[in-house]
Amino acid sequence: MALWKPDQTFYPSARMAMSAQREKLGYVASFNPAPENGGHDALCVLDLDPESKTYAQVVGRTEVPGVGDELHHFGWNACSAALCPYAPHPHIERRYLLVPGLRSSRIYIFDTKPNPRKPKIVKVIEPEEIAERTGYSRPHTIHCGPDAIYVSALGAPNGEGPGGIFLLDHESFEVLGRWEVDRGPQYLAYDFWWHLGYDVAVTSEWGTPKMVEGGVVPDLLLGGKYGHVLHLWDLRKRRHLRTLDLGAENQMALELRPSHDPTKTFGFVGVVISTKDLSASVWRWDRSGGDWSVKKVIEIPAEPADPSVLPPALKPFKAVPPLVTDINLSLDDRFLYVACFGTGDLKQYDVSDPAIARLTGSVRLGGITSHAAHPKGGTLNGGAQMIEVSRDGRRIYVSNSLYNAWDAQFYPEGIRGWVAKLDANPNGGLALDREFFTGFDGDRPHQIRLEGGDSSSDSFCYP
Amino acid sequence: MSAAWPWLAVAALGAYHGIDPSMGWLFAVALGLQERKRAKVIAALFPIAIGHLVSIATVVAAIAILQSSFPFAILRPAGAGTLIVFGLFRFLWPRAHPRWVAMRVNFGELTLWSFLMASAHGAGLMLFPILLGMNAPTAMPGMHHHGFAMASRGDPVLKAAAVVILHTGAMLAMMGAIAILVYEKLGLAILRSAWINLDTVWALALVAAGLLCLFI
Repeated sequence: MALWKPDQTFYPSARMAMSAQREKLGYVASFNPAPENGGHDALCVLDLDPESKTYAQVVGRTEVPGVGDELHHFGWNACSAALCPYAPHPHIERRYLLVPGLRSSRIYIFDTKPNPRKPKIVKVIEPEEIAERTGYSRPHTIHCGPDAIYVSALGAPNGEGPGGIFLLDHESFEVLGRWEVDRGPQYLAYDFWWHLGYDVAVTSEWGTPKMVEGGVVPDLLLGGKYGHVLHLWDLRKRRHLRTLDLGAENQMALELRPSHDPTKTFGFVGVVISTKDLSASVWRWDRSGGDWSVKKVIEIPAEPADPSVLPPALKPFKAVPPLVTDINLSLDDRFLYVACFGTGDLKQYDVSDPAIARLTGSVRLGGITSHAAHPKGGTLNGGAQMIEVSRDGRRIYVSNSLYNAWDAQFYPEGIRGWVAKLDANPNGGLALDREFFTGFDGDRPHQIRLEGGDSSSDSFCYP
Repeated sequence: MSAAWPWLAVAALGAYHGIDPSMGWLFAVALGLQERKRAKVIAALFPIAIGHLVSIATVVAAIAILQSSFPFAILRPAGAGTLIVFGLFRFLWPRAHPRWVAMRVNFGELTLWSFLMASAHGAGLMLFPILLGMNAPTAMPGMHHHGFAMASRGDPVLKAAAVVILHTGAMLAMMGAIAILVYEKLGLAILRSAWINLDTVWALALVAAGLLCLFI
């Protein structure tokens, strides 16, 4: 049912969204790491209200009926993009969470309204429907767009490529079809987002399902076969515009964080690993003088380590690669957060001048060799991985699992799931909240979404 | 006085269409904000007004053709039925409008966008009862609306043109005033509180216009 006034979680600009009230709940997609035993994945609800007696605890947990879905990323049915001027529909509610199973290709739609602490599955989109209508499989990123819900997919149902983007109707959640009209040379897919003020979409590359589902394949990695290219698209004509190649040694260009300000044209992408020296990096793309370019702005070196404490896959290299697997940009486009799944570092950079990233804070949680402890959680494994930044930019939530098959390669002892919180100083600086620690016994937490929106959930059409 | 009210209604509907953010002022503001230039807001108003004008003119012309081909006794219930059905459709599927994803638009594209938005919302249809009234047979038994009788004098083409221009002029004036006010003074935060669900109002207005036809 349509609202009489716009959904109050929608903001015309990212700047205005920073004044939103503090989130009281968080949603965490978590998967069961041993589906062979019949366990189910779940959407968990975290109490984030410091006034509450159950603060920092899992207060709701809705299991999905499937087995082995591998819940991963997810997103809202509607967000601030509903205010975009050319197709406004602001009286729709931010209410449903669309949660794909990255392995099963099933999409679960949860209704958070009747009871936000007890999300209820109201619809399931089966993999066959997605395959039939789009030719795609392994849905990943969800973004609520101005005219529809956009979903990226890693590849085709047979496990090969190409991956791409498909659309869902933003009211009925019907699968509308494949998005691309002309994909040009694009074959690999992973994340996507856009510069709405310029009608430009950006997509990144990981690997086809066959390249990732059994774990990292060393030959493919050393051969530079994983993704290392950004693709720019005409969002309106759905045509490939051009590629920005980071170089084949920069393997796996994953999370894309374009400026939230639609009048700007810069954005950041994280690279997991360099085959040259195992370092990780963050690159900034920008358009100046009408031409797009990309440049490395952050390089994080690998840390030498005794092979005896390294997992088999890393022993020959005698080092811990930082493995930048997620990045996140605050709504004022000022602070970039970078998670290093290998070392366990969560780093904060001031990118007020997006050409120069200045390190302003770093906290270590877990890590392949450091197992950096939390005062409330003890020694940790897994490493700082999925990051979510609150709308006001003050609170950073982080979880520690990457992807089941890859978790096993870097943390063969098994990962004990957790979510931690850090406090960000508005002028720069990052401190661990020593009181906040949530253990996920048996579940592996991945992406976190905050009630009402967060720093990676909404797109804005106004500066 | 009574001769003036159909014209007042035409202007009032124009102003109402001008108020609706989805008819164009919001797009004009967005285009201005994108480049931080007030001139861009103002420049956007004209193609939006032209697109609206073309949409209205098409419907007015279609109604005029129907009026010359069918008797009032058929047109009235047919028009009323169309409006009520379309109003109910807008109420049940308020977001059934052209999919459009483009912020970078030239004059022609912005005109087309405005034409599509106005047409899809049935902006011109809303004028039907007024046009019907203006051209109602003057000597119809039981009719007491002398204003219409007076208004119906004169060249029908000129009159139709006057309806279209007056409506669009009022729409442009209202849209322009709001766009500048929001751009210069109020800011877009106003959207969060003041943007009532005009889709619902619009649907009700269509149904009301349909019912009105039956009493003219």
